[in-house]
Amino acid sequence: MPSADEVKSRIETGIPGAAAEVQTYDEVHFDVVVRADAFQGLSRVKQHRLVMDIFAGELGGAIHALALKTEVPT
Amino acid sequence: MSDNEIRTLIAQAIEENDTILFMKGSPDAPACGFSARTVAMLQQLETPFAAVDILPDPRIRQELSAISSWPTIPQLFHKGELVGGCDIVTEMYENGELGEALGAPKQAGPEAAPAGAAGAQQAAPLGIENRLS
Repeated sequence: MPSADEVKSRIETGIPGAAAEVQTYDEVHFDVVVRADAFQGLSRVKQHRLVMDIFAGELGGAIHALALKTEVPT
Repeated sequence: MSDNEIRTLIAQAIEENDTILFMKGSPDAPACGFSARTVAMLQQLETPFAAVDILPDPRIRQELSAISSWPTIPQLFHKGELVGGCDIVTEMYENGELGEALGAPKQAGPEAAPAGAAGAQQAAPLGIENRLS
C-alpha cells in the first residue's frame, strides 16, 4: 500500500513542476490536490488524466480511490 | 453479445444522447454514493439526461473505460465528450460551470452540491437503462 508521501512524490515526478497535497487515513483512499503549470489550457478531464495516468492499473487495486482536484497556479 | 457489439452500442448511446450518464444503478435507485450525488446535481439543474446502468454486465464498464480512457464510474458525457466523473462534476456544479456546460435551464451554483439519496424520485427522461444488458 502506498503512503501519502509516496503518492505525492510520484505525482511530482510524473508531472514536472507540479505541487501535490495528499491526505490519506488508510493508505487506500487518497484525497489529492495537484497544482501544475502543465494544466494550463487543458480541460479538467485532461488535467485529471495526466494525474490518473501515473497510477494506471493501480486504481481500483492498491489505490482504492483517488479523490482528485486539479488547479492551475495563479 | 460480443465485446465489440457492446462497445458499438455504448459509442452510439454517447453519440445519440446530448447528455448521458453512465452510473451504478438507476437515477431512481443509485447503487453508489458517487452516482447518487451526480444524479442529484443533474436533477437540481433540471437538465434532461439519459442514464445507463453499468452493473448488469461487467463488460459495459470495461468497454466504456476503453472508449473514454477514464477508470471510474460515474462518467458524464455531453455532446459526445467526457465532461468528467463525480469529482469534476461536483467542482463544476459548485462553481456554476456545470449548468452552462450542459446548456441546462437552471444555471445554479455557487452552492454546495446536493448529497444525493433523497433527490432521486424523477424517472430517467430516457429509459435506456436496459439497452446494454
